[in-house]
Amino acid sequence: MSAAIPELKQFDDAELDRVFARLEADAAAQARMLTGSESLEAFRLQWLGRKQGLLGQLSAAWLKSAPAEVKPSLGVRFNRLKAQIESLLEESRQQDQAGSQAYGLDVTLPGAAPRVGAEHPLVKTMAEIVGVFQRMGYSVGLGPEVETDFYNFEALNFPPNHPARDTQDTLVIADQERKPLRERLLMRTHTSPVQIRSMLEQVPPLRLVIPGKVHRNDAADATHSPVFHQVEGLCVDTQITFSDLKGTLDHAMKSLFGSAVKTRFFPSFFPFTEPSADVQISCIFCGGKGCRKCKHSGWIELLGCGMVDPAVFEAVNQRRSEMGRELVYDTRKISGFAFGMGVDRIAMMKYGIGDIGLLYSGDLRFLEQFA
Amino acid sequence: MNILTQWLRSYLPGLAVDDRRLAEDLTLRGIAVEGEFPASCGGTLYEMDITTNRVDAMNHYGVAREAAAIYGLRLEPLALTAPVAERRPGTGFPVRIEAEDLCGRFTARVIRGVRIGPSSGVIAEYFAALGQKQILAPVDVTNFAWMAMGHPTHVFDLDKIEGGIVVRRARDGEKLRLLDGSEKTLAGDDLVVADESKALALAGVMGGWESRVTEATQNILVEAAWFDPAAIRSSSRRHGLHTDASHRFERGADFNSAPLANHLVARLVVEQSGGEVEGPLVDVAVPQVAARTAERPAILLEVSQVRRILGITADEQDAGQGITEDLVARYLTALGCNLTRRGDGEYAVKLPSWRLDLEREIDLIEEVARVHGYNRFANTLPAFQGTVRELAHAAQEAAIRRTLLALGYSEAIASTFVSAEEAETFGCAELAGGVEGAVAMGNPLSAEAGVLRPSLAPGMATMLAHNLHRDVSVARLFEMGTVFSGSTAEVKERMGLALGATGAARTAGSLYKPEDGLFYEVKGAIEALLRKFSRAQDAGSVSFDASGLPDWIEPGRGARVRLNGELVAVFGELSAAQLQARKLRQPCVVASIDAQRLLADSLRQPVVAELSRFQAVERDFSFLFPDAVTWAAIEASLQGSAAQGTSPAREVSELRSVRPVEIFRDPSGKAVPFGSYSLLLRALFQSKERTLAEQEIASCTEWVVAQLKALGGVQRV
Repeated sequence: MSAAIPELKQFDDAELDRVFARLEADAAAQARMLTGSESLEAFRLQWLGRKQGLLGQLSAAWLKSAPAEVKPSLGVRFNRLKAQIESLLEESRQQDQAGSQAYGLDVTLPGAAPRVGAEHPLVKTMAEIVGVFQRMGYSVGLGPEVETDFYNFEALNFPPNHPARDTQDTLVIADQERKPLRERLLMRTHTSPVQIRSMLEQVPPLRLVIPGKVHRNDAADATHSPVFHQVEGLCVDTQITFSDLKGTLDHAMKSLFGSAVKTRFFPSFFPFTEPSADVQISCIFCGGKGCRKCKHSGWIELLGCGMVDPAVFEAVNQRRSEMGRELVYDTRKISGFAFGMGVDRIAMMKYGIGDIGLLYSGDLRFLEQFA
Repeated sequence: MNILTQWLRSYLPGLAVDDRRLAEDLTLRGIAVEGEFPASCGGTLYEMDITTNRVDAMNHYGVAREAAAIYGLRLEPLALTAPVAERRPGTGFPVRIEAEDLCGRFTARVIRGVRIGPSSGVIAEYFAALGQKQILAPVDVTNFAWMAMGHPTHVFDLDKIEGGIVVRRARDGEKLRLLDGSEKTLAGDDLVVADESKALALAGVMGGWESRVTEATQNILVEAAWFDPAAIRSSSRRHGLHTDASHRFERGADFNSAPLANHLVARLVVEQSGGEVEGPLVDVAVPQVAARTAERPAILLEVSQVRRILGITADEQDAGQGITEDLVARYLTALGCNLTRRGDGEYAVKLPSWRLDLEREIDLIEEVARVHGYNRFANTLPAFQGTVRELAHAAQEAAIRRTLLALGYSEAIASTFVSAEEAETFGCAELAGGVEGAVAMGNPLSAEAGVLRPSLAPGMATMLAHNLHRDVSVARLFEMGTVFSGSTAEVKERMGLALGATGAARTAGSLYKPEDGLFYEVKGAIEALLRKFSRAQDAGSVSFDASGLPDWIEPGRGARVRLNGELVAVFGELSAAQLQARKLRQPCVVASIDAQRLLADSLRQPVVAELSRFQAVERDFSFLFPDAVTWAAIEASLQGSAAQGTSPAREVSELRSVRPVEIFRDPSGKAVPFGSYSLLLRALFQSKERTLAEQEIASCTEWVVAQLKALGGVQRV
């Protein structure tokens, strides 16, 4: 590394400008090539070194031969050049330091952390729904997945041979034919049997939220699975009304999906409630304006509900009397409401899951998106 | 079902709202309009979705009645159902109901001299708009009557009938060829419409082939009847025939509309195909059936009950009147009820014959709510006094989930069903509360799903395979869910838990051989789980042993876990046979855990130990041990083991912990002889009272060395 000593032809301003510009350009060009502390030091010595430094040599040579009136301006030029070289040096030093640090640590590499497991979207969604009702004072109720016909159908006002049983294709346990109908075992088709079990065990008032797994004899496709999950609710007391049912579900849907959500109720039919209703919420994606997800209706159907049918209370009382328990479900004195929703459907809607089968596949490519 | 608004409006001359609004108002009252399309005859075609309890509204007149109730409009009577003129004298066709329990009413009418051709006029026009196929005019007429008023009717070729009509049970094995061409073998509980010698039609389900109306037909018998819902349902199911007629009869047809429907069909047949009505309408009714359908006793309605169940309306919150007595009477009357005031706020309500779904006071209350409109009721919250019940195992389940998620296991849910073979291989009574056996399904989804899962392990193996077959080579999964044992007579449910791990173990360092890492990783997860529970805290209450492994675990590559001597888990690498059957090429560790036993225990309540203020000293010990000396034995000799009853234990109170740091076996037998292994053991000494002096440490280490030598260890220097 060396810079030639430029030839100075005369001491006029133009010539001095040219020569000093040349020196500055040389220094800058050299500085750009500097890497490592050794080359930095060589650069410093070459230009600013006390004995061999170019600046020292030049100033000694030119100041000596310069006419007196040029000397002050020449001195100013030398000082300016020196300052410039020093700043180049400092700049290079900093870059060099930064460079060596970056070499040791590429901060853009991905960080390392032990992999955490992913919550299952169904378990998570179910817990969220249950949590909303727990905060409203509901207790959690659970029941078996294998039920008797009595709990799954009869006590819920599905008489034998009733067409309503057709809507719930039932998976049955083998070898039940010899038992009386009400004792036959089957996979529960809904979480509603827990309503009956709870009313047999408890006296009003009661408020229950019932999460659970249910099964139906459905061929699997993108929206059907023989296994799915429901959350059921039951509220029974002396003065429970249809408007209480509306208010409760409206509040719950706002807690779940945001306070801007609206609800509307349609007449529907379930054997175990009367009046029965389907509930729609304003589309959580478009706010009700209409989009692909709500099929441009602005509404999404989310749950079924109704006032507990007196026949259900009567069945409970009947069974309670067989068990020697107090007949506390007097249809003239108490009333109640029940509701149920499909957890899978809500999770699929919320997370944009297109195929229900993914929820039951254990596929980590799917599950890890919830970590 | 489809509805034409033009047809609908012919019954509602006063209807002022447009088709769009009508659709919305009907939908909000449960008569749901799912789709709206322009109709070729003018107006709109509605695609309806009506719940099965409302068969009465699955026709034009039924929907018109709903609209009349909503808007308070007058409903035109069904004019076409007025009796038709008898052009030819006659005595009426002979009809005999033998099976009076299954057929409540049978009407018959003879029309002679028809010339059969295609339909014309309003029938052709409406059929075109509805996309309804035209067949022959008399058949089209029965379909038209069905769509108009929802009562199924049938036309016979009169000349194929021998003698008169007999409605009777089929004879066992009796053959009948139906309109669809199929030949059915009937049973004793099928109901047939027959003549004196043979069955003519499967009653309420489908007409017969022989007696069908063809282009050659000259004389017709019109049938409109009422059949027992349960009988039609079982017949239609047995023969796999779900028809419009069976759909209606199964859900209860209108007892009183049989003669009206007959009139309508007779009138239209004459209009479309000519001919003349002969003799009177024959109408045979069974009084007992009339009594439980059309002539049901009135039910009592207390208006106060309407309020008790429905609560308040939104306009009431703004000082409106809410559901008044007048409103109740108006709605119910419009639906066809006949109200007689009995006293203050009390009515005797005579029910319309077409609404068999109305039986009780609560049904009338629902009708009031429905016609008023659900969304016109207020949103209120109930007052509530009561206690919140805690769920017994919620905290324990949450702790298990939290622990496993933190350990990197993702939660998965597998099928509830396994194959009989899997149930046999993976079932374990010891992990099922001692209950033997698996439970078979009566109508399994498939052969591979024939049994309720007795363990979550096979489902876990299936899910690991699912991932490996999709190039996910590292997987950590858990499932917590119900497992089933017992028999088809009595099913026992328990909470089960399974862990599954495959690919790249996270156990690093020199303690474990690489191929053993996965096993120890899963063991670590099980230990972490058990640590959450208080029973597992007593020293020695948890033990691992390698004996008695089930067949699904590779021999020598698994362990059983006991808590206070009871089996709580089995885990290990899937056997070579399992891997092969599932087409897997890398080791998979699966654990089957009896979560129910864990849940019965309380969660560990931490009690904090005092922290020593004095410096701790680490010392390493390098020993050769015969392979037979296990870590459990070494640990017990230094720290004692409740499981092995060696309580003497810690003679050196300053020994705070010992742990294995490195284990080495030399396959060549040079550095470490065959049958032995070298162990680097790290001990931590610390006193609670003082800083340990060199001398004290030396005496501690001497003691450790002596203990290890007593076990057969040889110290390496």
